[in-house]
Amino acid sequence: MAIYKLQVNGKTLQADVEADTPLLWVLRDHLGLVGTKYGCGIAQCGSCTVHVNGSATRSCVYPVSAVGNSQVITIEGLSEKGDHPLQLAWDEIDVAQCGYCQAGQIMTAAALLKQNPKPSMDEIEVTMNGNICRCGAYHRIRDAVKLASSKI
Amino acid sequence: MTSKTTNSRRDFLKMTAITGGGLVLGFNWFNAEASVPVVISNSAMAAGNIGFNSYLSIATDGVVTIMSPNPELGQNIITSFPMVVAEELEADWKKVKVLQANLDNKFDRQLTGGSGAVPHSWKLLRNAGATAKFMLIEAAAKVWSVPSSECTAANSFVTHSRTGKKLSYGELAEAASKIPVPSSVKLKDRKDFKLIGKSVRNVENRKIVTGQPLFGLDFYREGMVYAMIQRPEQFGMKLKSFDGSIAKSMPGIIDVVSFKNNVAVVGKSTWQILKARKMLKIEYEKEFDLESTEDHDKLFLNLMDNGQATVRRKDGDVDAAFKNAAKVIKGEYQCPFISHSPMEPMNFFAHVRQDGVELVGPTQTPARARAEVSQLLKIPEDKITLQLTRLGGGFGRRLKNDFATEAAELSSIIKAPVKLIWSKEDDMTAGTYRPACRYRFEAALDAAGNLTGYKLRGVGINSGNPTREHNFPSGAVDNVLIDSVEHKSPITTGAWRAPITNFLAFAEQAFIDEVAQAAGKDPVQFRLDLLAKAKKSPVGDIRYDISRMEGVIKMAAEKSGWGKKKDVSQGFSVYFSHASYVAQVADVIMRNGLPVVKKICAVSDCGQVVSMNGASHQVMGGIVDGLGHAMYSKLSFRDGAVDQNNYNTYRLIKMKEVPEIETHFVDNGIDPTGLGEPALPPTGGAVANAIFKATGKRLRNQPFIEEDVFKTVS
Repeated sequence: MAIYKLQVNGKTLQADVEADTPLLWVLRDHLGLVGTKYGCGIAQCGSCTVHVNGSATRSCVYPVSAVGNSQVITIEGLSEKGDHPLQLAWDEIDVAQCGYCQAGQIMTAAALLKQNPKPSMDEIEVTMNGNICRCGAYHRIRDAVKLASSKI
Repeated sequence: MTSKTTNSRRDFLKMTAITGGGLVLGFNWFNAEASVPVVISNSAMAAGNIGFNSYLSIATDGVVTIMSPNPELGQNIITSFPMVVAEELEADWKKVKVLQANLDNKFDRQLTGGSGAVPHSWKLLRNAGATAKFMLIEAAAKVWSVPSSECTAANSFVTHSRTGKKLSYGELAEAASKIPVPSSVKLKDRKDFKLIGKSVRNVENRKIVTGQPLFGLDFYREGMVYAMIQRPEQFGMKLKSFDGSIAKSMPGIIDVVSFKNNVAVVGKSTWQILKARKMLKIEYEKEFDLESTEDHDKLFLNLMDNGQATVRRKDGDVDAAFKNAAKVIKGEYQCPFISHSPMEPMNFFAHVRQDGVELVGPTQTPARARAEVSQLLKIPEDKITLQLTRLGGGFGRRLKNDFATEAAELSSIIKAPVKLIWSKEDDMTAGTYRPACRYRFEAALDAAGNLTGYKLRGVGINSGNPTREHNFPSGAVDNVLIDSVEHKSPITTGAWRAPITNFLAFAEQAFIDEVAQAAGKDPVQFRLDLLAKAKKSPVGDIRYDISRMEGVIKMAAEKSGWGKKKDVSQGFSVYFSHASYVAQVADVIMRNGLPVVKKICAVSDCGQVVSMNGASHQVMGGIVDGLGHAMYSKLSFRDGAVDQNNYNTYRLIKMKEVPEIETHFVDNGIDPTGLGEPALPPTGGAVANAIFKATGKRLRNQPFIEEDVFKTVS
C-alpha cells in the first residue's frame, strides 16, 4: 500500500492503495467517483473510459502507479455544469437506454472531438467501434457525436 | 459518505413535508379491483398511515411528483409511465418530477418482464391523472363560483373560459384536496393527446450524462464491505473443500467464508477481493454429468428422433396430410446457449440485522427477491426492505435473484452490510443462459402449393416448452402436430429477452420462406394467403390477431419497397410475441463475396405508442440485439465449463456492424400492447431470408458467422 496523489478533474486527490490497483477502482472505491463504470475489466467494452492527459484511456487496466502527475478527467469533470456539447447532444438525441455504458461512450467521443472536431461519420464509427452498448443504441450514439461536432 | 442512491420513498415523504400543503392523491395504478383514487392528507402520509398503492402529488409550488414503481432497465418506463399520468392531468411536463419507488406491497406487478408494464397499467395511469384534473377543475370552479363545465385545464392551469380567469395547479392544490374523489372520470380522446405518442426525452438523461450514482454498483453505504464469490466453474461440480488462508492474509481482506457451493472473499475494496479470490485453493467434486457442446449436439440428434415427446398441439390428421402430399419440405435449425451479459454485472447490497433486512440493488423482480430472502433467512417479509436502483441492462438476467440471495446469506454469516459484486467473468460463467434448442420443421404441400400439413418438434436443454404452439401458422393449417422434448441438464437456463421466440422466430420464419419457395409463391403473399385462410376457416385455438398481423405485413411490404428493389436482396419476416406484431424486411448486398446487411425496415403494431423516442429505441435496440446475437454470439461448453467468459471471446455486435434501421408504427388506436421484446424475434429470419436471396444458401444454425456463407470468399 502506498499513498498516491492524483490530479483528477482539476483537483489533487489521494488514495492509499496498492500499486497495481487499476485507476477505475481507485476512482470508484476510494475517490467516490462512480460515474466511470466497470463493464468487463479487460479493456474490451470501453465503459471505464477516462481521459489521461487528454487521451481516451481504459481505466480498468491502467494501474494507479502509471498515473503520476497526469491530468485525469472523468465524466464528472468533463464540464463544470454538465454542458459539454456531447452531454447536451446526448440529451437532445435521447441516446441512453439503460445508460450504463454512456459515460464511457461520451468520454471516448470527447477525446475524439478534441483531436478532430469535425470527424466524418466513418471516423466516428472507427473510434466508437471499441465501445460496446449492450442495449444497441449505436445509431443515436453516432448521431449525437455528429450533432455535438456541429456545435463545436 | 452517505448513501449515494436516493431512497425515493423517504425523499418523497420528506419532500411533501417540506412543501407543506398540496394535493396528494393515493391512487391504485395497478390494482384493477380498486382503481378509485382517494385523497389523503399529508399528516396521514407523514404518519405512514397510507392505505393506497401509489402516489401522485401536486405541491403548492406547482411541482407534480409521480412515483414510478417498475424497475428501469432501459425500457424507459420511468419516463413513459409519468407521461401517461401527466397527459390526463394536463400537467406542464416541465413541472413534473419522477421518483423511482422502492418495493412496496401497495404496488401490483412491480416488475420488469414480459413486455407487460404499459399494457398492464395504461388505463389506471390515465385514470389517476384524469381524476386529479377533475378535482383541480372542481376546486377552481368553487373559487370562482362558476359551473365547472365552464372551466378547462391545460399546462398546469385551470382557466375559466368566459372570463379568462386563471389559477395554477399549485395554487389550487390545497383546495382540490378537499374535493370529493369522483368514482369515474372521462378520459381524453386520443386525438387530443399532447404528450402521448410524442418524442419525450428520458427524465434521467442529465444524471446519466454527468455520471451521477444511479446504478446498483454505484451504491455505497458507510461501513459496508465488498465481497466476491468463487463458484464452481463447471456445471455439475460441487464444493468439496477449500483453503482460504493465503487469500485471507492478503491486504484488505477481512474474511473468507463458505456457504452452499460458494467461497466468498470479503474485503475493503473491489480490487483487493478480486486479487485475493485468485489465491483461493478450492477442490470440487462431481455431482452430476459434466456436459460438453459435443454431447449436446449428439443429444439433439438422438432426441429429435427418439425422445419422449410431449404433444403441445394437434389439429386434424397430420399423417394423412403428409402421406397425400405432393411435396414435403424439411428443415432443422439449432441455436447455442447465449449469455445475457448486461453491461452492469450482477450485484446487490444486503444488510441483515437483528431487526430486519435492508436490500438495495438492481433486480427486475423485487418482490420475488424479497420473498426468496425471507424464505432463506426465515425472516418475515415485512421486516425486509428493498430499494431499487437503476439497472444497467437486464435482458431477463435480473428476473432471477441469485445475486440478491447470495448477498443476504453472506451478510447474515459475516454480520455486516455487504455489497456483493460479480465480475464479468462471473456473469458469463455462472449460468441462467438462453437455452440451446434444436427444431425440426416439416411441411406438406398439395399439388397447388397449399400448406396442408405442418409439423414442429422442439428439443431443448432446460428449455421447458421450446415451442409456441398457438402462434402462426397454427390456425391457418388444417393438419398440425407440434411437440417437444426437454433434456434436463446441470447447466442453468432462464428467460432471455423474448424467451424462446428469440430463436424460434428465426427458425420458423426461415422455414416458412423455404416452404413459400417450394410452393412457388412470393413469401409475403404466401403468409397473407395463410392468414386469409385462418380468417375464413380457422383451425383450433388462435392466440394472435389475424388482422393486426396482416396489417404489419402489408405495411412492411409497402414501406420497404418489397419486390421493387433491384440493387439489394430482400428477406421478409413477421412475428407475434407477447401481445404485439412486428414485420421486418432486411436488405442484403454482397461485398467482397460476403453478405452484408445494409438495412432493416421494421413495422410494429404495439397499439398506442406512449413515447415515440422510447418506442423507436425499443425497436432499434431489439433489432440490433436480435441481429447481433443471431450473427455473432455463442457459449460453448467443455466438461461443464463455458469456453467464453468475457467480451474478448464472447462476441457482441458493435457500431460498425449495425445496418441502417427504419422504424414505422401502425397507428390504430388500440391500447398499448408492449414493445420491450417483440421487435427482436423477427430479425434473424428477415436477415437469413435476405442472405438466401443473395447467396442461394439457407442459414440453419446460429451464430450465422460460423455458417459457410460467411466463410467462403468467392
